[in-house]
Amino acid sequence: MSKRDFTFRIGGAAGDGVSSTAESFARICSRSGLHVWTYSSYQSVIRGGHVWTQVRAGADPLLSHGEAPEVLVALNQATLDVHEGGVAEGGVILYDSEALKVDPSKHRPRVRALGIPLRRLAQTLSPNAVMRNTVALGAAVRLLDLDFRHVETAFKGIWGSKKPEVVAQNVQAARLGANEVQDHGGSLRLGIPYTNVPRPLMTGNEAVCLGALAAGCKFLAQYPMTPASSIMHWMAAHGPAHGVVVKQVEDELAAINMAIGAGFAGARAMTATSGGGFCLMVEALGQGGMTETPVVAVLVQRAGPSTGLPTKTEQGDLNLVLGAGQGDWPRAILAPRTPEECFSLTAQAFNLAEIYQTPIVVMSDLYLGEGHRTVGDLDFNVPIVRGMMAADGGTPQGFRRYARTASGVSPRAFPGTKGFVFQAGTDEHTESGELISDVLAGLPGSVEERRRMMEKRMRKLDGLRKDAPGPELWGPADADLTLISWGSTHGPAREAILRVEGDGVKVNHLEFPTLFPLHVEDATSLLKGARRTLAVEGNFTGQFTRLLRAETGIAPTHFLGKYDGEPFGAREIADKIHEVVR
Amino acid sequence: MKTAFELQTYKSAVKPTWCPGCGDFALLNALQKAIHALQLEPWNVVIVSGIGCSSNLPHFLSTYGFHGLHGRAVPVASGIKLANPDLHVIIAGGDGDGYGIGLGHTLHAMRRNLDVTYLVMNNQIYGLTTGQASPTSEKGMKTKSTPIAGVIENPIDPIALAIASGATYVARGFSGDVKQLADLVQKAIEHKGFSLIDCLSPCVTYNKVNTYDFFRERVYSLEKEGHDPSDMKAAFARAIEWPVVQHERIPLGLFWQAKGVPTYEDLEPALAKGAPAKQSLGLEDPEELLKHFL
Repeated sequence: MSKRDFTFRIGGAAGDGVSSTAESFARICSRSGLHVWTYSSYQSVIRGGHVWTQVRAGADPLLSHGEAPEVLVALNQATLDVHEGGVAEGGVILYDSEALKVDPSKHRPRVRALGIPLRRLAQTLSPNAVMRNTVALGAAVRLLDLDFRHVETAFKGIWGSKKPEVVAQNVQAARLGANEVQDHGGSLRLGIPYTNVPRPLMTGNEAVCLGALAAGCKFLAQYPMTPASSIMHWMAAHGPAHGVVVKQVEDELAAINMAIGAGFAGARAMTATSGGGFCLMVEALGQGGMTETPVVAVLVQRAGPSTGLPTKTEQGDLNLVLGAGQGDWPRAILAPRTPEECFSLTAQAFNLAEIYQTPIVVMSDLYLGEGHRTVGDLDFNVPIVRGMMAADGGTPQGFRRYARTASGVSPRAFPGTKGFVFQAGTDEHTESGELISDVLAGLPGSVEERRRMMEKRMRKLDGLRKDAPGPELWGPADADLTLISWGSTHGPAREAILRVEGDGVKVNHLEFPTLFPLHVEDATSLLKGARRTLAVEGNFTGQFTRLLRAETGIAPTHFLGKYDGEPFGAREIADKIHEVVR
Repeated sequence: MKTAFELQTYKSAVKPTWCPGCGDFALLNALQKAIHALQLEPWNVVIVSGIGCSSNLPHFLSTYGFHGLHGRAVPVASGIKLANPDLHVIIAGGDGDGYGIGLGHTLHAMRRNLDVTYLVMNNQIYGLTTGQASPTSEKGMKTKSTPIAGVIENPIDPIALAIASGATYVARGFSGDVKQLADLVQKAIEHKGFSLIDCLSPCVTYNKVNTYDFFRERVYSLEKEGHDPSDMKAAFARAIEWPVVQHERIPLGLFWQAKGVPTYEDLEPALAKGAPAKQSLGLEDPEELLKHFL
């Protein structure tokens, strides 16, 4: 039986061009019609360290970044030392035969050590040998029988049409590598079908940007922070053509406050950050809740606490977002499971933010945000719903910006609208926006007023719960075990379930695209019949597990947490499933 | 012909909450006079403030207002201005708000030269929190938070900071002279670029040092002494006179004005597509966008 997918891994020092070579390889695979999933392991250094990127590609949709690679490209000795023992049976280790040493005693059966003089071959084209990666890339393309014309297209994507000589030189370098494979045992003959119909390849962060554009986002203010920075990079390059003002500002306090200012003025506005930056934003998010100003905040999580592991993944910021800001204010927390959902939930977040006039948080993580994946159809026909506007039939006389309504939503007016002047206050205020904090607080009428204003704002949670996507049960209704997860754990969890299915274990999966407000009734009824439950999430304390228990009274019977900085692999979840159902 | 707006049009029904005699009344009056003199449409004016006694100001005028968080008025105002550059955006607040907790934002907003006006009611004390030292409190001043040795930090010099940071209209007013203050505010609003007015605004309750009399004995007019506000070196020299160099003479008026400097909005490429708050929403050509990913 021929294989349906393969895994490619390239490692070297930071600055060796590992990630750009991997991205080219991923692009070649996606242009071959394969589904692609990448994962990069890197450190917080600009030069040195040991970095590697894994590209998994297959004829069928993928659910994780895969495990043992069929092809390993080692650009330095550290890569061999760390990875050569992990190459799949029958796989290939591509390395510079004149600079590095393999240790065949570590290799699994039938692993081919394919030594190529990468540096020397590259130097035949350019004295500084920068193209040694490209030589290796060409070899990998040949090993996997990928169509060589995609190599040129991938290079054009990087260097554009402005530098045709660079593209031509790199294609030549790739050919040198391919020829070496021809002379040393030929391709792996995996027999994977290539349609050569290209699939779009993007990161979760880029999908967030597309979702934002589709929803009419016109303002992004951000401060650089891994792994959220690429949202700003993409938007800074492509946003202005769509009328998006993109600003790198002095800190995250400025970022969220500017976005709130833009939202108040009537622009669809967002900010993006990781956990540390989000910590700085919490007071302003409460300001959005109190002044009833729409804003979208994207939180791409990395491993905490504190500076933590800046280049590693985790799902450890749920408690932070649940409790962001003093006091109670209505919020929704959406957690995309896939790049497609990074697109669709970000787009939906803009609608929810304006319909309910409150901050909406979209939470992804490094694994989902930075990994390149091929995506299916993205529906760019996003309906744009701006919510209740005062000028639509409202009368300017006695305009009450914070009028108490059944939904908790009041008519909104943008500055510049004649007749609907009001003052938004972060102090508690009346329906018309007059403060009750200063001279009225505690007086009999104001005690009642305060209570009613709180209730008005918090009523929005009912609508948010209704409009935000509820939990989904995936897999057989009648199962030995129900997995519970959120966010990027979705893929590895589903892959684990498919694996254990082969062992005769029936598992289904309850997934939560909305973390708050929790769909308590749906979750309760979906979990009622579960024999055993295993909550899987990327943090220490089981932050979502605790929320689920607090809201539904249902405590998952088993828990698998992960806090080592790495994403879940299908194997470790499958192992845990076996342990639980044994 | 347009109907003229009366002075009263700009006043709201909310009675100011300040102590009788508070310097902030003068700034409120000056601002009202200035926007009246300019005949701004009240619905096209947004007053943004932070937290503090002076930050209650937006409620006392019948324009749009955003009364936000302590120290964050400047970024909120920046977002409003970038989203809709047609609005007149005026920031109002105190010395704690703008020179203390929010100083970082103040400096960065000035170096952007956004076309907004920042009115700082500087009373050299924290009033709303009942009398602690502020970033402009004079050295040696005893306050609730400095009861033993008094303030041992040097005060911030907002005028020098503003000139150095790229603000293009920098002035100091005094609540004891509403006429001059109104004139400065009017010119600040008319100025294209970031304008800062540091208004000496005595706190009659908690600052017993920097009183109206204290200032009346010391203030003098830059204009009358022939200061040229287009001369940056001269502006710096005047800026550091008080409180850096000496404590006897305090210059009032326009220190520095750079005309014709492009504003942040002028330089922002995305605004060529129109104000973010006014553009039609939705993507015209998603297929074109997807090409980046193939």
